[in-house]
Amino acid sequence: MAMKIGDKPFFGRVDDALKDDFMRQAMSSAQDRLRGKKISATVEDELVGDWEEWRSAGEEIRRHTLENLDFYLDQLSENFSKRGGHVYFAATAEDATRYIQEVAKKKNAKKVTKAKSMVTEEIGLNEALEEVGCEVYETDLAEYILQIDDHDRPSHIVVPSLHKNKEQIRDTFRDKANYTGTEEPKQLAAFARSQLRETFMQADIGVTGCNFAVAESGSISLVTNEGNANMVTTFPETQISIMGMERLVPTWEELDVMINLLSRSAVGQKITTYVTNLTPQVTEDSIDAPKEFHLVILDAGRSKALGTEFQSALHCIRCAACVNVCPVYRHIGGHAYGSIYQGPIGAVLSPILGGYEEYGELPFASSLCAACSEACPVKIPLHEQLIRHREIYVKEKAKTTEKLAMKTFGIGASSPSLFRLAVKGMPTMMKPLVKDDSISSGPGPMKLWTAVRDFPAPGNGNFRHWFDNHKKGGGTDG
Amino acid sequence: MKVSLFVTCLSEMFYQNVAKDVVEVLERLGCDIDFPKGQICCGQPAYNSGYREDAQKAAKQMISSFENSEFIVTPSGSCAAMFKEYPELFKEDKEWHERAITVADKTYEFTQFIVNVLKVEDLGAAYSARATYHTSCHMMRLLKETEAPFKLLANVKGLELLPLANNYDCCGFGGTFAVKMAPISEQMVDEKVRHVEESTATLLIAADNGCMMNIKGRIDRKGKAIEVKHIAQILNSRVEGSV
Repeated sequence: MAMKIGDKPFFGRVDDALKDDFMRQAMSSAQDRLRGKKISATVEDELVGDWEEWRSAGEEIRRHTLENLDFYLDQLSENFSKRGGHVYFAATAEDATRYIQEVAKKKNAKKVTKAKSMVTEEIGLNEALEEVGCEVYETDLAEYILQIDDHDRPSHIVVPSLHKNKEQIRDTFRDKANYTGTEEPKQLAAFARSQLRETFMQADIGVTGCNFAVAESGSISLVTNEGNANMVTTFPETQISIMGMERLVPTWEELDVMINLLSRSAVGQKITTYVTNLTPQVTEDSIDAPKEFHLVILDAGRSKALGTEFQSALHCIRCAACVNVCPVYRHIGGHAYGSIYQGPIGAVLSPILGGYEEYGELPFASSLCAACSEACPVKIPLHEQLIRHREIYVKEKAKTTEKLAMKTFGIGASSPSLFRLAVKGMPTMMKPLVKDDSISSGPGPMKLWTAVRDFPAPGNGNFRHWFDNHKKGGGTDG
Repeated sequence: MKVSLFVTCLSEMFYQNVAKDVVEVLERLGCDIDFPKGQICCGQPAYNSGYREDAQKAAKQMISSFENSEFIVTPSGSCAAMFKEYPELFKEDKEWHERAITVADKTYEFTQFIVNVLKVEDLGAAYSARATYHTSCHMMRLLKETEAPFKLLANVKGLELLPLANNYDCCGFGGTFAVKMAPISEQMVDEKVRHVEESTATLLIAADNGCMMNIKGRIDRKGKAIEVKHIAQILNSRVEGSV
């Protein structure tokens, strides 16, 4: 449930999205804005040098780490524990939430503050903590907005409230939190800040995700702009950080490369306002660090991709660069994907983590334009992985008519004589449909095409004949 | 130079004039063109839809037809990119994998071949129009050919080439995507048509018949006064008396 958004089937969600003019406007202007920012922080930034070299370095680091995942996880776990931290390997989302519930119960926790974390959305942590009597406070501005708006779901992995504009946010604040100010972003942020300030100080547990863990020192790194993650990890006596099992780097040297790739690709910033690195420092008299620090390392389907053609999907650093250039996401937005992981990477990851039954249609929601693969800072061949998913999906779930059509295609495309017959016969066959050199209403599957576009009338089917004549010196008339 | 024409199934079925223009342009540049008779379709519709085995059938037919060619030239960046994908398609079949590499290595998209192999940028073409150019995704991102069409169009006399906003966004064709995801594809092609209109061009030039079929289909349906032509048609337009 936690990863899933909405109950409608895929096309129902798409229909809803396409009717939402405001959301679509927000998506396309956000994409255009982010594209410009990314270009100026990457290929156009002289300090960067060759951006392609950075991408290759990122790819190499990620590949090396994933190929040696057991070693680095072991190292991370050992170093984290050595400094007094507690490491828990969760095989499933339920394992993770159960463990965290236990910690909350043991600490008799009442208030939990959270920094932005998609992996906690994935496992449904807020609901799990509420079950054991905790009040959970999202402190990232975008997540705060969604939470007070009756637990709306994220539509973008980096900017979860991308589908809302400032007027809508003002109204939400007015309706749900007695806000009296205007839609001016500064005022809205100041209001959220004033609401959250007390909460930060009262929290019993601080929860964060993890952008990268550093194996050599047992540290976790958080990349943020608002400073809320620092508040979340400074005040409470207990800190719990949750990470996907793939989210680590060997050393601080690689961390440097990855942070550059992440902040430049995600938001077009050379570096984000805060890069917070936390290493357990558990002592009895510790005053500026949590007395208890838990690291939950989550599998929840990830290991299924190891050793398969999808392994490189685990290289993902959640920058959303692929989402920001996807022409499909541009029109349908995040919620239509029905998963908290949306866009091209969502269409690749969601079936891996949540199965084909629930997410098998997502890989088809791409024109395979490859803008995603081109944008990815760690060079995940996203559009190719979408095709790999399709190959698996059609074997199990394709309609018989489609399978038959493709079989026919295979036969037709390997028999020149059949093909020639088809090309020759087509003009006659299609003649009843043709008007003014095009077809505006076609039968069968063609109907889906001609519902919105004209279909070209077939030519005279004589190119081969023309070519032979032409070669014999028969001129250029066909 | 011996060149085998890979005409593409779309050109053969719907755009014979484009195919003829390709032949004439290449011949004028001194190419000796042959047309391997066994050619049908590159297999992309099946491959992109997840039907690997059916795509392999199409691919084998094409590999057998083209493996002895010196150069393979096609007026479609997308179909050229599919030829380049053949080695991956046969990665588990040693014999066909090697044959696939032979074919992939000598495949060129039409404009790419003229600019990068023949080293010609001025074809002496002339065409008077206010035009804009649609950069097709597969040519740009899979073949990584971003310059050849522009170099050639820059030398077409009388042609004013206007910038196209969001030219990097897909037109929404995507083969079977256009019908499988029809409501999304519709929005994508609509936005493309809107940007073409906003460019104030009265002619849209493209180098891929798939994109053309999609964008032109929508332009015509909406009754817009914008012509759509393949780049070969423009490059084969001549000023009288030129070579």
